[in-house]
Amino acid sequence: MDYIVEMLNIRKEFPGIVANDDISVNLKKGEIHALLGENGAGKSTLMSILFGLYKPDKGQIKVNGQVVNINNPNQANDLGIGMVHQHFKLVHNFTITENIILGLEPKSGLFLNLKEASEKIRKLSEKYKLNVDPDALIENVSVGMQQRAEILKMLYRNAEVLIFDEPTAVLTPQEILELIKIMRNLTEEGKSILLITHKLKEIKTVADRCTVIRRGKMIGTVDVKDTSTADMAEMMVGRVVSFNVDKKEQEAGEIVLDVKDLSVLGSHGVRTLKNFSFSVRSGEIVGIGGVDGNGQTELVEAITGLKKIESGSILLESKDISDYSIRKRITSGMAHIPEDRHKHGLVLDYSLEENMVLEVYNRSPYAKNMFLNKSEIRKHADKIIDDFDVRSGEGPVTITRSMSGGNQQKAIVGREVDHNPNLLIAVQPTRGLDVGSIEYIHKRLIEQRDSGKAVLLVSLELDEILDLSDRIVIIAGGEKVGTVNASETNENEVGLMMAGVGKGDTP
Amino acid sequence: MKIKINKQLYIGLISVLLGLIAGAILMAFTGNNPFLGYSYLFRGGLMNIERIGNTLATATPLIFTGLSVAFAFKTGLFNIGASGQMLFGGLCATAVALTFNIPRELLLPLMMMAAILGGGFWALIPGLLKAKFNVHEVVSTIMMNWIAYWTIYYSVPAFFKGEFLETESRSIPEFASLKAEWLTNLFNGSFINYGLFLAIASVVIIAIILNKTVLGFELKAAGYNRFGAEYAGMRVDTNIVLSMVIAGALAGLGGATYYVGYASNIQIGVLPTLGFDGIAAALLGGLNPYGVMAASIFFGIFHSGKGFMNAMTSIPPEIGDTIIATIIYFAATSVLIERAMAIVSKKVKGEN
Repeated sequence: MDYIVEMLNIRKEFPGIVANDDISVNLKKGEIHALLGENGAGKSTLMSILFGLYKPDKGQIKVNGQVVNINNPNQANDLGIGMVHQHFKLVHNFTITENIILGLEPKSGLFLNLKEASEKIRKLSEKYKLNVDPDALIENVSVGMQQRAEILKMLYRNAEVLIFDEPTAVLTPQEILELIKIMRNLTEEGKSILLITHKLKEIKTVADRCTVIRRGKMIGTVDVKDTSTADMAEMMVGRVVSFNVDKKEQEAGEIVLDVKDLSVLGSHGVRTLKNFSFSVRSGEIVGIGGVDGNGQTELVEAITGLKKIESGSILLESKDISDYSIRKRITSGMAHIPEDRHKHGLVLDYSLEENMVLEVYNRSPYAKNMFLNKSEIRKHADKIIDDFDVRSGEGPVTITRSMSGGNQQKAIVGREVDHNPNLLIAVQPTRGLDVGSIEYIHKRLIEQRDSGKAVLLVSLELDEILDLSDRIVIIAGGEKVGTVNASETNENEVGLMMAGVGKGDTP
Repeated sequence: MKIKINKQLYIGLISVLLGLIAGAILMAFTGNNPFLGYSYLFRGGLMNIERIGNTLATATPLIFTGLSVAFAFKTGLFNIGASGQMLFGGLCATAVALTFNIPRELLLPLMMMAAILGGGFWALIPGLLKAKFNVHEVVSTIMMNWIAYWTIYYSVPAFFKGEFLETESRSIPEFASLKAEWLTNLFNGSFINYGLFLAIASVVIIAIILNKTVLGFELKAAGYNRFGAEYAGMRVDTNIVLSMVIAGALAGLGGATYYVGYASNIQIGVLPTLGFDGIAAALLGGLNPYGVMAASIFFGIFHSGKGFMNAMTSIPPEIGDTIIATIIYFAATSVLIERAMAIVSKKVKGEN
């Protein structure tokens, strides 16, 4: 038998939900096997079982043909299973070598033998073409190299099976290409890879086989080269998915949002946004593209009033709003779909109807002489629920905490669009949502644009930016790298700019 | 909504039941008959009209402090300073009572106003500290407790020294007391006073503020999710101060019902435990104003009944406090009860 790992008929139940229902995955030696499914489909649970974080209720795991019990990650390591987590587990002020040996420090007498370790790591890095400097401090190296350090950590521990959990979420397109090369090198050297992802394009380029999971159930395992992206999407979602965003040609109108020389201090007193200027006109979608943590959050917080600006100006329909309170900005015609729907977007312990008036509860008709007008609030919620197809257990009185992420997000989008804003700021509007909800929210954003509103879209998903935007402003290191027209650019150009390689402004 | 209230009610009742069972085990362990013990405990609190009056009078300040803690909790603040606010509010009311010689119809409202302002002021300081400098209110309200304690310690002997004792203030004149002749007579000479009506009114007003008004919507939003409230354009810092002041005013008024209602003077060197018992009442009441009132009256029965139990049996009165503590323990760990309820209801459903 040439399977290196077999997970057979795995079942795992959590209170109220079957996360994995009779799932079997077989990993051949030397293959890249993708695990495809929407958020919450059960991919992570399955991998956590393999990595020893959960115990399965039913089913068995075989490694090299032997039935094994994996009770904790150390046992998984001993069996040659390693995991590259989505969020790296690295000590920032340690060198790469120090991070890699953490837990298995080589000693000579009482002292650490760093030199030997460093040498071993250098050799591994060369063998798999990882291009890692073992003596560099983590805080000084790029995200891509941090990820490669994580990979080295596994190789140093002699892992034969590597699990990658959504490895491309934090990378620029160029870094993704590099990672794909590295994964190929690894398999050529005999390693086997399990790749968790919901990005079909990556699977198509890199994986050999693909197992699709939907709502905890296994849909099937397919050979990637014989299956089209559309077919895999259909397996993942359970229906035909349209990938194309319909967008009609349209001339942009007046400038609605004009940001000039904006500088903002970050949380540590460092200037995280530097002299940033751009504008959004009515009837267009402007996308802000960039790798996570390059100043997007600060930009949005400055525009919406959550953060004070250091210098510069923000003009909304020619009025300087940089001193306005958040409420005054809202009443001036700004709406904001926030990046973190749980932290900012909703009061999770409030009911859906209460959340739908979160910004307007004190205005007529929702308030009358300091009292809430519950029947008007109910009507308002019913309208948004109808218009935006928000599904929940008990309708307007559902506590929002109990709703699914997709429906929470639809509710927020509904609330913000219902304010009929001149400027709609949408930050990561589809983060963590299933394909169906993504399609729907994209349609709604384009509707806003088509009806002559200005839309500012901030997203880490490059595809989303490219598909929806009319113009794209690229941000790197808190500075504007350039502006491009979406119809005249491509992933490669934007990717390079995201990495900080400049380009002249196109007007 | 209905389901949620019922769930809170069940949790409260189950906590009480578990607490009583634990108390019974303790009584049996000390060699006493628990049934006899409980019968004397409840008879001590409820057996005649006078004792019922005393139970209600004991519960009155507790309703206020419980309401104060619950209100602050609902708006995301932990007010441990109800004792200090109560003490200072009580001092203000006493000071007015001992200073002004005006008709009762004017004096009583003036005293109550003084108590509300005093308590509110005592909570204003931690509120400002939290809003401006992010000083945690648990720390600052505890400090304010001791500032109140020492303020009373020096100001009472200096300005309102008692006739016989240095350690307490003069007694307030009868016409300045919240006790009323008709009420005292109705309850056969018990301590019951107008404070109870103030308490009931406060419960209703706070319930309305929290559930029906724009202000309550805003304060609760900040309590549940400060960042969400900020995002929605609410002025969270102002609301923190306002919440603290309202909580303090409630505790201050509670102080008035204690020092110029239940008692008739103010003692120095005593930090009333009612402020902390208020946390217990708030928790057992599930932070619901009406629940807080019910919990406070229930605790009132224990406080006024434990002496009788001790007199009639050899059960020490501390058992009463232990039972209350146990009930609080169960109420505070209500998540466990909730889970147990979920499992039970699942099983029941499964069998059907």
